[in-house]
Amino acid sequence: MSRYNRHIILSEIGQEGQDKISKAKVLVIGAGGLGCPILQYLTAAGVGTIGIIDFDVVELSNLQRQVLFGKSSLGKNKAIAAKVRLEDLNDDISIIAYSEQLNYQNALELFHQYDIIVDGCDNFETRYLVNDACIITSKPLVFGAIYKFEGQVSVFNYKNGPSYRCLFPNPPQKGAVPNCSEIGVLGVLPGIIGSMQANEVLKLILGLGDVLSGKLFCYNALKIQTSILKIKRNETVIQLVLDEEHSFENKQINIDCEIEVIEVSISEIVSEKNIQFIDIRESHEQPKVDNLNVTYIPLSELETSLHKIDLSKKKALFCKSGMRSKHAVKVLQGLNINNCFSIPQGASEIKNYIKTHNKTVSNAK
Amino acid sequence: MHITIKYFGQIAEITKTEEESLEFSGSLISELLEMLNTKYSELRNKDFQVAQNQELVSYETELTGAEIALLPPFAGG
Repeated sequence: MSRYNRHIILSEIGQEGQDKISKAKVLVIGAGGLGCPILQYLTAAGVGTIGIIDFDVVELSNLQRQVLFGKSSLGKNKAIAAKVRLEDLNDDISIIAYSEQLNYQNALELFHQYDIIVDGCDNFETRYLVNDACIITSKPLVFGAIYKFEGQVSVFNYKNGPSYRCLFPNPPQKGAVPNCSEIGVLGVLPGIIGSMQANEVLKLILGLGDVLSGKLFCYNALKIQTSILKIKRNETVIQLVLDEEHSFENKQINIDCEIEVIEVSISEIVSEKNIQFIDIRESHEQPKVDNLNVTYIPLSELETSLHKIDLSKKKALFCKSGMRSKHAVKVLQGLNINNCFSIPQGASEIKNYIKTHNKTVSNAK
Repeated sequence: MHITIKYFGQIAEITKTEEESLEFSGSLISELLEMLNTKYSELRNKDFQVAQNQELVSYETELTGAEIALLPPFAGG
């Protein structure tokens, strides 16, 4: 029996509809609360090509709602961890993981390769970037956003319909609207909203039913209240985006919810007293910096190994390239563990530095 | 005019209610918002759009509807 039998026996879909699904190319922005259910249902449905872009790594606090991940995904890039899980669900299809940040430089080229863009991101900077890139590349955008117990869903930029800017012309002031990591969210809410987004994607692919274009669906999980508000296309704001097309790739993304991480070079801190050096690479990674007093806490075990962190000392974290250590500092700051720094140099460079400066380095072994 | 106002997201946290009904004699959406800004001073600093009878409208629109909604953008995902 075919994997897609329950689709095919629906007269509204049939083999013809299933063929449309298997030819479709869908890009999902963010593999978080919304991205997980979106990706799960699109993969199960057999969408032929699925792109996942997310630069973040899986943390313990994600597992309350990001249902593609488990303990084995902790510390791993979300796009890659999602791909691993989804390929187990369906290996008939092609899943492409982009473990980088979506930005003004890569968005247009990426969007051109897909038919439908799905927004599951968690910040306004990226939402406006995604919206504008969809306008420029003429791609329909399946939008979803959540706040505590409430969600919004719409399809933008579809057959001359409105865009997100026709609803909210400009991003709110930085910090004015908190996101899930700052204020919390009911775990099942992104499951509901993300599933609705997946439903809109399949309707777009199949040409079935009424597409949620020109309308904003609002859902309140506590009150079980829904509203549908009509939105009109605003030619002026759309034209403004198109007028800026030539300078689009020169813009810089600056995610406002980003917590500032202090980076300190190895040469500046190596002789400081009262400092704990933490290697957050996984245990198999080489070379070990064995000429320095180092605590080993792999990023995947960070949140379950907090007892190894000396709260009375400054903490200097490093990894292979300074990327994961920066992330780990953010995680610790989020847990109210302060006085953490990231060393931008990689382990090899740190090891060489200590070797060269051995006599002058007080923390050397 | 008898108006029912619905509040979403952060706006409902400011007004401490998701819905209220009131009598209002002004003629524009912006006049209603002025009154609400006075009633709920924190509203002034918030970004939101207004829907009248389930349709998004500009602040200069004439107040005709029985149902007004104040809708903020959501960031989360």
